[in-house]
Amino acid sequence: MTMTQTAPNASGYKSFAIGEFKFSRDEYFVTVEWPTGSHQMAIDQWLRCLQRDIAWGFFYGIVNFDSVIGTMNHYGNVDMFAGRFNDAYRRAEVDYSENFEHDDLLGCFKAMLSDWTNEGYDPFAAPMETGSAFGPSRGHNDEAISRRRVVASRMVGIPGDEPLRSDETGHPVNRGFADVAQDEPIIEAEPGYEGEVCAFNLFAYLSRSDVTWNPSVVSACKESLYCPTTEEFILPVIHGNDRVEWFVQLSDEIQWDVEDRDTGAKRARVVMKAGDVAAMPADIRHQGYAPKRSMLLVWENGSPRIPEMIAKGEASVHPVDF
Amino acid sequence: MTQYTTVFGSLDDYAKGGVEVIDDDPKYYAFSNMFEVAGRAAPYEKVAVAKNLEYVLEVIRAEGTDEWRAAPHDEFALVMDGTLQVELIDPDDGLVDSEAQGSVALASEPAGSRMGRVTAGPGHMALLPAGKAYRLHSDGVAVVLLQTIEGPDTVHRWAEICQTV
Ligand SMILES: [Fe+2]
Repeated sequence: MTMTQTAPNASGYKSFAIGEFKFSRDEYFVTVEWPTGSHQMAIDQWLRCLQRDIAWGFFYGIVNFDSVIGTMNHYGNVDMFAGRFNDAYRRAEVDYSENFEHDDLLGCFKAMLSDWTNEGYDPFAAPMETGSAFGPSRGHNDEAISRRRVVASRMVGIPGDEPLRSDETGHPVNRGFADVAQDEPIIEAEPGYEGEVCAFNLFAYLSRSDVTWNPSVVSACKESLYCPTTEEFILPVIHGNDRVEWFVQLSDEIQWDVEDRDTGAKRARVVMKAGDVAAMPADIRHQGYAPKRSMLLVWENGSPRIPEMIAKGEASVHPVDF
Repeated sequence: MTQYTTVFGSLDDYAKGGVEVIDDDPKYYAFSNMFEVAGRAAPYEKVAVAKNLEYVLEVIRAEGTDEWRAAPHDEFALVMDGTLQVELIDPDDGLVDSEAQGSVALASEPAGSRMGRVTAGPGHMALLPAGKAYRLHSDGVAVVLLQTIEGPDTVHRWAEICQTV
C-alpha cells in the first residue's frame, strides 16, 4: 500500500495519506485523522518523533509519539495506531490500528519529514541547538534528516568497521561535553597484530555525537548490542519495548517517567546518575528527561525470538528474579 | 557561552539515584550502581549488574593481576575508573569450545604469540577478541564494565546490589 500526497496547502505544506490515515500540517500543528477520530500534536514534537521512528526503522516494539499516536514494529511489517495503548480510547472502542509493509510506512514518513522540515530546523538536535520548526514552509533540511545510523559489526574503530569521530569527519565536540578528555588508549601491538589489538575512547566518541536520543551500535557480542546515545531535553517518543531493555548512565543525569505499556497508568520514576544501572521491564513504556547533555548506554538484546518467547511465557517481562 | 561540567562517577566519588515507586515493585528495575558494586567486590569477581537472557554486563574490580582468560566470542571491556592494562596472546592451540558461552580461566599462560598490550583509562573501551587469551591488570584499582555472555564465573548477587524497597 503506497501513500498519496496532495499539492501544498496555504502554508506551503503537502498533506499525506496512507491506508485510512491522513496527515496534514499547518504553521504550528500536525493533524492526524483516521476513521474513528482525529488528533493534533505540536509540529516540532511530531517531527522529532518521526525522525527517530525513521532512523531506527521503527525500533524495538512500540514507539508512542504521545499518549495516542504511534507505531508497533513487527519486523517486516508495522502497525500505525491511534489510541491503541490508551485506556480511554480502548474502553470507548474508538482506537484504530492498521498494518503496513515496513517500506511503505517508512516511505510515507520520510516524504512527510522531508516536506515538513524547514531550513534551519534539525529534528535530531536539542532545542538550544537548532532553529524553529514553526511557521509557513521555507526550504528543507534533507541533509540533517537523512543522517546514516552507525551500526558497528564488532566495535567502532576496528579496521574496516565504523570509523572514529573527529573534527575532520565533521564531528566537533558538543558544547555540553567541552570538558570531556579526548585522549586515546595506548595500543602497543606486536608486528602482524596491528589490526587485532583494538581500543578507543568511547566517552570522546560520544562527546562528538551531533544527535540526541538516537541509539547507535558501537559494539556487538553476538546479539548483545551496546547502543549508546547522547541525551538532552526530552526523549521525543515514549518507548514501549517488546523486550527488557537496560540503561547504563555513563555521565550526568536522566530522569525517566515509567508508565504501564498498555494503559499509560503511571508506575514509577527512575532517577539515574553516573554509574547507575537499571532495567526497563518489557511491560512498561518510558520517556526520559535530560537537563544537560548526558551519555546514556542503552543495552539491547537484539534476538528476533524475544517477542515470541515473552508471548509464550518462555522469557519474562522482568529482567531478573531475585 | 555557558561552560558545562560533565559529571562522571568514580569509586571515590559517585552519587546514586533510584526508583521512586508510584505503583510498582522496585525489584523489576534491578537498580544498582557500578561503583558501589565494585567498591564491595573482591578483585576480579565478575559481578553481573545487567542480564538479558544469556547475555550479561559484569562489573569487575580490577586490582593487581588477574588470571589468563579466554572466550569463544568477542568481549568488550569499558573502563569506568582507574587504569587498566590488557595483555593479549594469540594461542597456538584452541583454548575454548567454539559453542561455549562466557569466558573461562586458563590454568596457566597459554603457549602462543604475544599480540600486544592495551593501556586504557576512563571512558576507553578495549576489544577482547574471540578465541584469544587475555589478562587484565591494574597497578591501582580500576572499575571495568564487561560486555559478555554469562559464564561459569559470573557472580549473581542481585538481592545485595539492587534496590528492593
Ligand atoms: Fe527505550
